[in-house]
This record gives sequence, structure tokens and C-alpha cells, in this order.
Amino acid sequence: MTSTDTVLSLEGITKRFGKLTANDHLDLSLRRGEILALLGENGAGKTTLMNILFGHYVQDEGVVRVNGEMLPPGSPGAALKAGIGMVHQHFALAENLSGLDNIRLGTEGLFALGGKAAARKKVEQIIAESGLEVDLDRKVASLTVGEKQRVEILKALYRNVRVLILDEPTAVLTPQEAEGLFTVLRRLAANGLGVIFISHKLGEVLSVSTRILVLRGGRKAGELVTADADRRAIADLMVGKAVAEVKRTAATPAETLLEFSDVHLRRGSTRESLRNVGFALRAGEIVGLAGVSGNGQGGIAALISGLAVPDQGAVLLYGEPITRADPRALVAAGVARMPEDRQHDGVVGTMSVADNIAIEEVRSGAFSRMGLLDRKAMQARATSAIAAYDIRCPGPDAEARLLSGGNVQKLILARVLEREPRVILANQPTRGLDVGAQSEVHRRIIAARDRGAAVLVISEDLDELFALADRFLVVHAGEVSDAGPSDRLDRGAVGLLMAGQAA
Amino acid sequence: MDVLLDIFGSANFWAAAIRIATPLIFGVLGALICERAGVLNLGIEGIFVAGAMAGWLAVYLGAGLWGGVLVALATGATFGLLHAVLAVILGLSQHVSGIGITLLATSLSYFTYRTALPTVTSPPRIVPFQPVSIPGLSDLPFFGPALFQQTPLTFLALAFVALVAFVLYRTPLGLAIRAVGDNPASVEAQGLSVRGLRIGAVVAGSALMALGGAFLTMSAFDAFFFGMVNGRGWICIALVVFASWQPGKALLGALLFGAFDAFQIRLQAEIGQVVPGQVFLMLPYLLSIVALVLVARRADYPRALLQPWFKGQRH
Repeated sequence: MTSTDTVLSLEGITKRFGKLTANDHLDLSLRRGEILALLGENGAGKTTLMNILFGHYVQDEGVVRVNGEMLPPGSPGAALKAGIGMVHQHFALAENLSGLDNIRLGTEGLFALGGKAAARKKVEQIIAESGLEVDLDRKVASLTVGEKQRVEILKALYRNVRVLILDEPTAVLTPQEAEGLFTVLRRLAANGLGVIFISHKLGEVLSVSTRILVLRGGRKAGELVTADADRRAIADLMVGKAVAEVKRTAATPAETLLEFSDVHLRRGSTRESLRNVGFALRAGEIVGLAGVSGNGQGGIAALISGLAVPDQGAVLLYGEPITRADPRALVAAGVARMPEDRQHDGVVGTMSVADNIAIEEVRSGAFSRMGLLDRKAMQARATSAIAAYDIRCPGPDAEARLLSGGNVQKLILARVLEREPRVILANQPTRGLDVGAQSEVHRRIIAARDRGAAVLVISEDLDELFALADRFLVVHAGEVSDAGPSDRLDRGAVGLLMAGQAA
Repeated sequence: MDVLLDIFGSANFWAAAIRIATPLIFGVLGALICERAGVLNLGIEGIFVAGAMAGWLAVYLGAGLWGGVLVALATGATFGLLHAVLAVILGLSQHVSGIGITLLATSLSYFTYRTALPTVTSPPRIVPFQPVSIPGLSDLPFFGPALFQQTPLTFLALAFVALVAFVLYRTPLGLAIRAVGDNPASVEAQGLSVRGLRIGAVVAGSALMALGGAFLTMSAFDAFFFGMVNGRGWICIALVVFASWQPGKALLGALLFGAFDAFQIRLQAEIGQVVPGQVFLMLPYLLSIVALVLVARRADYPRALLQPWFKGQRH
């Protein structure tokens, strides 16, 4: 591909992190006016490749060429100068500065004076041309996520980039904001910009891209023109095998394991209040809790996790009321918790995979001898868990913060499911995960149910709830209503309950 | 009540407050620059001592007063560079590195002093900076003696407040310093050097801190004593928080502390027979703590303070 239109080419890029090869001899080329979607599961190497392209990482092998010129590795400054702009998944914005100051940052001589007015004029012109509306004088800290992203794109455009890379730009956007972003991207591409769009969401990739490159395990799995692409085929390319449809047989609910009885809970700093909440979780049944976030899910999760006790009423575990907020006692009694914010509340980032898998059980004797940690046992458990749950990481000693979201969730599954818990709280179990990881998590949850566990799945994703839940609860404004068996429900009915109207 | 009126009504009191505040202004500005870039510099106490000693010694050996100022600046910059190597380049704990610098700089200063002057028993003296008169202003009634009869270093400190504020808020350099203390990724993504900015800020900030020490030996007194810095560096660390990392408020904080201190000296003279002297010595520190509690709970820390930055690391 040596067409004169080629603005960017990556040749034979290889990058290793310890034993993990994140990119294995990857090639990629990009033409003007093209929107190339870089698609792949979590950990397929998409973000690593883009970080090499932008100079955040230094590749072990291979070269990056912009307009035929070789780009010196490891220098974001050189990448910027060559006309490459990147919008990071985690925004690279100084929140204490205004949008305009973030855009100007690094574009003027350090002692130059009076550049602000000229900068404002240029940015305003770009805003007018691109439609990226944003209040330039507000501090970034006070902007919405969508606005911050627009500032990021403006930062790149302000530097007259010829290639714009967006790393999972829609992960943080509402559907409306995402649609707005696509409109902008199409307009920019029409003006000759080359766009690389990283995603693992098939739908949006098909709607916005002109060409698709699929990565798997650090290698190129396939490349196709979007117009000829077929959803199913891409999904299979991403996962490397046909994605198994998760099958759920009819539930056979047995005795009640966990019961909320007329529970009231006052508002806390991170949760809304609960009023008059009553429901039961029975062995061998998955109950889905639907609701717009912030309607009381946090309180219910806190009560089941042992982080709170009701102000009135009772939460009964195996018929006994829980009287103390004592997470350890609950875990010992057989309650498994998959927290909503898995990176923050689910793992200790600076501790190893082995430590994180053992962390809930260090007192139980499984991983300790005479009060001292049994490193061997922890290591052995971690090694088997990594294999059994397909946790992609350099090894048991790798720090948990180095794992992608999907692999953190698999780590948590390995931690909580191995004990064969009787009650499982799965809070947003697949938020942000790709298709492959998603079906794996679903399969594990259903298997736990079939073994006789009582499961509560809290999710904002109705598709997920319909795939998993045998029965629906809907929470609205701190009150929970029983929506009945899932096979007698449809999305519309649940939606009405979520909005607080009787179905 | 009359006692208080007497104290606050005297030009002498306000002149003393400003004089006492001067080393703190240098120190708090220096700490502010470091912290704005995301680096806590607990070497400040030792850098004060080193600046006090090195500046004084240079003058004593014949370098002249302004020569002494330059020597103090260079001394501070050197210790700053050491802190930058440890805390920025190697990414070591900023607390540990800073305290290490304080211990090292303090003992090295005492050692140098003793080595240079092995025989003296009473501290030798130099001719320190004298108050300068500013034509017109210094002759004003009350305000003249209160505000405008200070030594050149005090005026220099005030000029630095304006300069630091200007650089931070009006230049692209200041923009980059504020950004690197909030989110280093934002700076790197714009092609600037996180390390370069942080090293520069720590070196410059440390040089300013040393001037705070030099003021003590070259302006407030005329000799170097062991223990003369006496916690002023630590006060600056607290004042930065009090000032919410803003130069203007830093000046205010330093002046407030100076006023407390000047006030306790005078109060001691008035009612010293009734209340033990130690209570008065404690007063400015106690009031600093109260002020800190009131202000700092809402403090808006630079988000990247204490966080080392390694290129190519996942974050």
C-alpha cells in the first residue's frame, strides 16, 4: 500500500510487556479521509499499538512512518509534530485548567506572552467548522464527560493533525453523545483527516467506519471493508472462534437464602435511600435488578456486601437477621460479591494477581499456616485460576492494575466462585467488557445458579438481564417492585417500571 | 483593650510583622512552585539552614552581600537538584527524599561552618543588609515606617510574589507547571517533558527557599547560629496549604504569621508577668494550626502531588 494517499503506516510493530506479547509484528496503513476501526477484545493489543504510534511506549521492533518519514520512537512530541493526534480513553486533561488552556498547553514557547487571544480565535474557528461545541473558559473539572472529549479532539485539531486516533471514545458517552461524535468524525474525514477509531462495540464500528482491522492476541486476525462486513463474521474474528450463545435452562428455585424484609436505609454519601424494600433470593435462581442507576442499587448492594445494615427492617441470611456491618463474616458465610466498580473496589491494584485472588480467604486457613501467609498455596491457587478462568496476565505475580477490565472481572470470578458461594451479588458484571469476556462471565454465573446458588444481578443493560435473569425486580426511587418471571416480560414493561409507572 | 490598640496602632508592629514574614514569603513561594508541579519538597527546612549558612559564609569570606545572595541561591538549587534526582527521576518517595535532604543539608551546613571556622567561640558577625528608604513612600506618616523601611531582601520577596504569580498565571510555562501538577499525562500528551518541568520547578523552588534562610543571617541578624531556622521551613509547608497554592494568598499567610509573631512578642512585654512566656511563643503556631484547619479542609490539592511519573507506564 504505497498509494500517495497513505498518511500513516506501521510496519512489523512488536511490543512485549515481560512475558506478554501485546503486539506481534503488526502492520497497519491509513489513507486520507478514511475512518479505520481497530477492533478487538480487551487485551487484543489495540491500545498498546496506539500508544506506540503516539510515542507513549517504545516498540521492541518495527517502524512507524508518517507520509513515508520514519517517526522516532518514544516521543509524543515527535508524533504531534508529524501530525498525529490522540484522544485517550482516560483523558489527558489538566482538570484545574480551562478548556482553552488545555488546548494551548505545549503549543507556545514557554516564555511567550499574549498567545491566548490568537489561540482563542483559532479554536473558535475550529469549533465553528467541526461542530465541537464546548465552553472554552470553564475549568475542565466542571465539564461533562462528553465535553471533555470534545476538548481532547479540539486539542488535536488545533495542532493541525492529519491522523486522529480515538481510543474507545464511546465507552464513556451516552448514545446521543456518541451519535454526535460520529457526525463530527464523518465531517472531519470528509475534509481529509485520517481517523483511527478503537472500539469493541460492533454496532458503532459498522455505523461509522469505512474499513475494519480486527486484532486478536496481539496479531492481525482480519481486515475488511465495512460495506462488505457482516456482524457475525466480525464477532467470530474477534474471539477467534464462534461466539457461544449462552444457554439458560429453566430455573428450579428451592429454599430462600437471602431475604429483604421491609428494609429502610438512609441516604449515604455514595448511595440513595431505600424505602420499604422486600424481596427474596432463592437457591438456584437468578434475580435481575433493573433500574436507572442511582435509584437505590447502591444501598441494596451495600446491604448484601455487609457494608451497611438496615435502619429499619431486616436482611435475613439463611433466616437469621444480619445485625452488624461485617463483610468478613458475610464472606465466610458464603456470600460472593462482584462490585460495581471492579477496578476500584474489586482489586488492590498494586498487589499481585495471586494476592488479589487469596485476599478474601487469608483468614480461613486455606492460604495461611500458623498465622502466616502460605505463599505456595496462594501461588498454586492463582496458577490454576489463571488457567481455569483464562485470566490474561504475565503471571501470578503481575500487579492487578496491569490487567484489562475483562481480566480483572475474571480474577474476581475466580476469587469468589471457587469457594462455591451460596449467595452471589453480581453488580454490573459485564459493564465495559467485550463480547467474549461477557459470554464467559454469563456462563459462569449461570453455572453457579445451576449448582444451587442464589444470584442477584444488578445491571443497567436490559439485554444482559434478559439473558441472565429468571425473575425481575425493578428499583425506582428507593422502592423495589417485583416484575415477575422474565419469560412473561418484555423490555417495554420493564422500562415503564424503571420510569416509576405501574406496568 | 488599650494594650491591643497600642500594639496594632504602632508602625513598629507592622514593620516587624513584614520583617518576620519575609523568610516565610521566600519559603512558601518555593514550596508552592514545587508543589504546583506535583512535588512535595520537605527538604525546605534543611535548605533554609544551608541557604542561611552558605550565604552568610560567602559574605564573611568577602563575597559581598549580593554575592552571598547568589551563593545562597546556588546552594538551594543544588539541594533542589538532588531532591529532583531522587523524587522525580528515580520516583522515590517524596516524603523520604525530602526529609533526607533536610537532615543532610542541616548537618552539612553545621559541618561546613565548623570546618571553616574551627576556633571561634562567639559567632562572628557580618555587616547585614540595611533598611533602604524609598523616596516619597518611606517618609509617609505611619505607612512609611510601617511598610517602606525594609531591607532590600524584603522588597525582593514581595517582587517574587508578583513574579511567581505572573509566571504561573500569565505564561505558557506557568500553564505547563500547573498542568503537570494536576495531570502529568496532559503535559506528555502535548509533547512537553514531565520530568523537565518538574526538575526545573524543584530546582527553582529550592533556590527561593534558600533565600529565606539567607534573609535570616544577612538581614534579620548578622551571624549564623545553630538552630536559628527553628521550624520556619515546616511553617511554609503548612502555609502553602493555607494559601491553596496561590501566590497572593501565600503572601497573606506569611504576613498573618508574621503579625502573630510580632504580636506575641509585644503582648509578652505587656502582660508577660501574668502569663508564662512559652504560651506566647506557642501562639503563632497555634493560630497557624487553627487557620489551617479552617482553610485546608476545603483545600484543592494539586491532584498529582506526590505521584511520580514514569514514561510508558500503564496508568
